[in-house]
Amino acid sequence: MSLAGSRPGGRGGFLSSRQGLLKVGRVLATLAVTLLGLLLITFLIGRVMPIDPVLAVVGDRASNEVYEATRKAMGLDQPIIVQFFTYIGEVVRGDFGTSLLTSRPVIEDIARVFPATLELATVATLLGVSLGIPAGVMAAVHQGRWPDHVVRLVGLFGYSMPIFWLGLMGLLIFYGKLDWVAGPGRLDIFFEDVVPQVTGVILIDSLLAGDFEVFANALSHIILPASVLGYYSLAYISRMTRSFMLEQLAQEYITTARVKGVSEARVIWGHALGNVMVPLITVIALSYASLLEGSVLTEIVFAWPGIGFYITNALLSADMNAVLGGTVVVGIVFVGLNLLSDILYRVFDPRAR
Amino acid sequence: MTASSANAPGLRAWLTSETPSSPLQARCIQVYLGWLGLARNPLAMLGLAIVVCLILAAIFAPLLAPYDPIAQDLQRRLLPPGTPGNLLGTDELGRDILSRLLYGARITLYVVALVVVTAPVFGLLIGTVAGYAGGWVDTVLMRFTDIFLAFPRLVLALAFVAALGPGIGNAVLAIALTSWPPYARIARAETLTIRNSDFISAIRLQGASPLRIVTGHVVPLCLSSVIVRVTLDMAGIILTAAGLGFLGLGAQPPLPEWGAMISTGRLYILDQWWVATMPGLAIFTVSLGFNLLGDGLRDALDPRSSR
Repeated sequence: MSLAGSRPGGRGGFLSSRQGLLKVGRVLATLAVTLLGLLLITFLIGRVMPIDPVLAVVGDRASNEVYEATRKAMGLDQPIIVQFFTYIGEVVRGDFGTSLLTSRPVIEDIARVFPATLELATVATLLGVSLGIPAGVMAAVHQGRWPDHVVRLVGLFGYSMPIFWLGLMGLLIFYGKLDWVAGPGRLDIFFEDVVPQVTGVILIDSLLAGDFEVFANALSHIILPASVLGYYSLAYISRMTRSFMLEQLAQEYITTARVKGVSEARVIWGHALGNVMVPLITVIALSYASLLEGSVLTEIVFAWPGIGFYITNALLSADMNAVLGGTVVVGIVFVGLNLLSDILYRVFDPRAR
Repeated sequence: MTASSANAPGLRAWLTSETPSSPLQARCIQVYLGWLGLARNPLAMLGLAIVVCLILAAIFAPLLAPYDPIAQDLQRRLLPPGTPGNLLGTDELGRDILSRLLYGARITLYVVALVVVTAPVFGLLIGTVAGYAGGWVDTVLMRFTDIFLAFPRLVLALAFVAALGPGIGNAVLAIALTSWPPYARIARAETLTIRNSDFISAIRLQGASPLRIVTGHVVPLCLSSVIVRVTLDMAGIILTAAGLGFLGLGAQPPLPEWGAMISTGRLYILDQWWVATMPGLAIFTVSLGFNLLGDGLRDALDPRSSR
């Protein structure tokens, strides 16, 4: 495997050759086009909306002169293409305007809520990976028998269940009836602002401050929403692991290893899984990106003050600056994670270079 | 399949003939063989049964529902399931949950049907044109597709609904606008594999226009993989629509949309669990049905991708 897959001799590493540079250039160009398109879409959404942005600022009793002056001040009298380039300039400088709801710059709001989403999605991905990979391996090893069917069923249920409903049921059972976990929110009210904010991720901040009571409380709050989200990542990761593993287990090097007398556990967890890890990294990065998005509904159910919660609340109060700013940030993170998974794939799999 | 026993042997022979005498017969044979493959799969049949039940519930909702779905009866609010007359209980305004679920099937089906007749058609068009034309047309169209793919779907749908205003029509539009890119990708990939085949060259040499080649010969060959993908996506469409409804951006009250029902039931979740639980079970069952059917269709029509 490693011999067949190694790069032809004489060529340098990933970046040193001219072809490598060309590839990097192409990736960067694609990235630029994608980000430009992303901004074009949010720009157009902001322009087609039925709410007049000038009226939203001056109110409907303003005189004509005030209206026109404000319109000019907001740059809305310029040609649309000029407006678009102004918009790009603003976004590049991190200026998404001011939120009507919080009357603070949108970018500050997002910086404040983003760590909460990051924390939730990270714990969920850790849960999904630590359970999903073994489940997928077991399903592949026992293909067609009961472990395979169980994993398939668990995945199928995950794909079919509305995430907000699963969250509500979780709250009903584990918080309402059994009282095993804490309810909605990130912390109980008397633990709020106890530890100094360093990263914005409470699980880390409380450890840095050495306050284990806060840590335990935060953990009790995050475990249910993270499990609900993690279930989706588990469904996806176990399915992909299974199909990658089946592909590897059918290869000749597996037979060779078995004939050589390598133990079955080593064949599966060492040889086969080792080769599966490369495509799996891509899958994990993609599922992480989709969790950042999938957290919108979960955050609403669990009153989790993250970016999904922020965008939805802004949306319900017609705070377009906040909605579009949040959308752009989520879009950029999404594109970034996609790019990262692509790069990791190229770094770890020599054949893809 | 539905033929009476008298002409069944004749029909069956016609459907299994190895030498079809007309394009129509050839197509019928193809469908019949696909059906036989699907019918062997009990889980796919279960999925089909669920989908058929959904369609029947939607059609016959006025006959099946014991009450008007929006008639309020404040004397009978929040009754638990099993109450005589209200099999699944009542909600916060005394409306019968079973009746609301049955009428809600209409909304679910409406959303799915509208998305299914728009997004795949658009995706198919973009994908086949890009694949067949190649060159800069391909590059431009595929970049355009990639931009939409790069966006997280739900967030983009949220932004669209924010701009267009809440409502079921706009929710459908937002879902359709965010779900066509995968179909374009699939259609392009299929087109690339058949673009250079001999029969396409033959048609071109006969003088067929590119339009005719794409619509008459390329699109039909891409259909089966797109249909499989559509069936697999239906559950996702239902879940997104329900999510928008849950956020208050889809169907507006008093429409008995399942997601919106969960949203109101959320206020009573700890004491009157059934208000939110029942519509969730309905969404779950229907998406499961579409997923099972989609898996089965993929195995029957597209054996390459099944494992």
